[in-house]
Amino acid sequence: MTAQIATLLVERGAPGTPSRVDAFAVPFAPGQSLLDGLRWVRAHADPTLALRYSCLNANACKECMMLVDGVVAYACTARLEAREVRVGPLPNKALIRDLVTEIAPPDERFPSARPGDRA
Amino acid sequence: MRHLAADVLVIGAGAAGMYAAIAAAGQGAQVLLAERSLIGRGGATVMAQMTVAAAVGEAAPDHWQHHLADTLAAGRFLCDEALARLLCEEGVEVIKQIDAWKVGWARTPDGRMAQVHAPGHDRPRCVYVDFLATGTAVSRTLRTQLNRQGAVRRVGDLVVTDLVRRGGAVVGAVAWHLASGDVVTIAAKSTVIATGGLTRLYRRNSASANMGGDGYALALRAGAPLIDMEFVQFFPIGHLAPRLVGMDPIMWDPFRYKLGGRLLNRDGEELTQRYGVAEDGRYVATRDVATYAIAKEVEAGRGSPAGGAYLSFEHVPEARLREAFGPVIDRLAANGIDLTRMPVEVAPIAHYHMGGIRADAAMATAIPGLFAAGEAVGGANGANRLSGNAITEALAFGRRAGLSAAAHAARSREVDWSREAAADAVALLRDSAPARDRPNVAAMLAMLQDVMQDEVGPFRTQAKLASALARIAALRRDLGDRPFGSGGAYDAERLDWLDLRCMLAVAEVVARTALARTESRGAHQREDFPAMRPDWAVNQVVTLRDGAVALARESVRAASLQAVAV
Ligand SMILES: Cc1cc2nc3c(=O)[nH]c(=O)nc-3n(C[C@H](O)[C@H](O)[C@H](O)COP(=O)(O)OP(=O)(O)OC[C@H]3O[C@@H](n4cnc5c(N)ncnc54)[C@H](O)[C@@H]3O)c2cc1C
Ligand code: FES
Repeated sequence: MTAQIATLLVERGAPGTPSRVDAFAVPFAPGQSLLDGLRWVRAHADPTLALRYSCLNANACKECMMLVDGVVAYACTARLEAREVRVGPLPNKALIRDLVTEIAPPDERFPSARPGDRA
Repeated sequence: MRHLAADVLVIGAGAAGMYAAIAAAGQGAQVLLAERSLIGRGGATVMAQMTVAAAVGEAAPDHWQHHLADTLAAGRFLCDEALARLLCEEGVEVIKQIDAWKVGWARTPDGRMAQVHAPGHDRPRCVYVDFLATGTAVSRTLRTQLNRQGAVRRVGDLVVTDLVRRGGAVVGAVAWHLASGDVVTIAAKSTVIATGGLTRLYRRNSASANMGGDGYALALRAGAPLIDMEFVQFFPIGHLAPRLVGMDPIMWDPFRYKLGGRLLNRDGEELTQRYGVAEDGRYVATRDVATYAIAKEVEAGRGSPAGGAYLSFEHVPEARLREAFGPVIDRLAANGIDLTRMPVEVAPIAHYHMGGIRADAAMATAIPGLFAAGEAVGGANGANRLSGNAITEALAFGRRAGLSAAAHAARSREVDWSREAAADAVALLRDSAPARDRPNVAAMLAMLQDVMQDEVGPFRTQAKLASALARIAALRRDLGDRPFGSGGAYDAERLDWLDLRCMLAVAEVVARTALARTESRGAHQREDFPAMRPDWAVNQVVTLRDGAVALARESVRAASLQAVAV
């Protein structure tokens, strides 16, 4: 089967810096996920692209949520298509880098300093 | 830089880590639970869809000694009997405990726990949560208990990169906080490694991106021995084709439990028959037999188009499929799969690691202050694990490790922490390789996965293993000893560099032990040494000496009643 090409327009950036959009042409076979495509980008084009995921396939970890064409979706269940797709971080969560946002419940984040936390 | 202190540091928040934290806190210890991903979501536990083995005796009379006999038989004479006994005996208690914590084990109409009969077990022994929800239910239940424990500080996005040793004991760890890029030092009287397995070393794997074997590398660098590292379990019927998203690749196993199904070659012949096991629509072939049969059929040119075997449920009426798997049938339909009309293709996939950190029945390693739990521990399952034993192992070992770590912490008045002891590990995280000419580290990681899949997979030869070791050494040279990236918040390049550092160390150990074991046993199959040899009924133990991997053979530990006494 000849590979098709998806064009991923990925919003990149970190807090306090203006964001930019990088375009990546990603070859794929029908059925592959957006997460497959983003991982392809990291291994073939830009290893600095930051995204969060753990389970890859199972849709169990719920860490890969992002904005796909303006709609919240799981990267591991969204499918690649032979067209331009806009991908960005969740809008209602604090940005960490690129597609990574702060999604942990507050009491599972790094604790704010408590007495006794000095080296 | 940030510094944290705790009585007990638990690394990894899967079933083993969460249970360890709950148990340690229950003894009055102040616990820090560090997880590189999100609490309860990053590991294999949340993904486990199927069944959990324990001799609760609800479906049929049972005793943990029967479970132990099956576990030892499956382990092909390599099980550490004290660990296997702990799994089977205390497994019963932890399964009942999380039932009391409302995990929701499936029930028969008369209110008993439903138990299915999985291959290798002598009777129906495996409990589960419908539908395919065992792991999520276990994770959620433990997380709820954890949240009730005020004495547990839970921190996600915290990647532990090195343990800190002082005066021969482990006194804490150094970590990199992904969300901020901060370097963190942690002083702890006791440390529990509960980081799960190593299946990420393989291109085709069923677990998560966090299963790079960090814990094995951490233990090794801290001086703790590893055991049975050559025994990687491949799950025979991992989903291969058509592309299936939003489902776990080992989801076909529960289908086989409930519905049998037919495993067929290209020509529609029952696959395992040629290899001595007639299934006849039932699910009886153990994992190593099925893996072998599929690989051999593919090799003989009788595989399915994508290079595996067919799994067919076409003979099962749709109503029965629905009854057994309800909403899962719709998820399959969304992927274009109609089981009443088509077979799927399956092939072996890296699934679980029998080997791991050497621990005694108190979950103590050879290094004072260092404990291990769950899949990170080696020895309980010998050369081959029975299905359903892993979650039980995670729960039983987790609880035991938590209790032991708390007891050790209670005995230690002060932690012998010093900044100097952590200095090298901290310096590594502050260092950066020059940006020019850096290879793509994500591509290197994929390359390692190819090497392991193709040359250190279920079927091994001297030539393939030697080639793998050469390629691992070359990747190591390319990786260098200074991290890529600058170390800012969620620096993905740096994370891959740190991961690959662990993965390469662990890959070398797997290949070295596989090369040394010149026989075939359970999950370790050497094509050049196809027979199981009585003189190889020994464990291989691995340590680091002056930075180099050293192998030794040790006789298998038989059960001693003392070792399992509480
Ligand atoms: C898809 C799948 C299905 C399975 N189904 C079953 C089944 O039905 N029955 C059964 O008995 N077994 C099953 N298993 C096996 C079983 O799930 C695991 O063996 C078990 O859950 C391991 O638990 P654990 O707590 O030891 O490790 P895990 O649950 O894997 O947790 C380890 C945690 O450690 C974290 N971690 C790793 N490295 C670091 C680090 N450096 N710093 C901080 N944190 C770190 C990880 O992010 C992860 O959250 C299955 C496995 C898979 C992959
Ligand atoms: S990667 Fe786990 S839910 Fe998408």
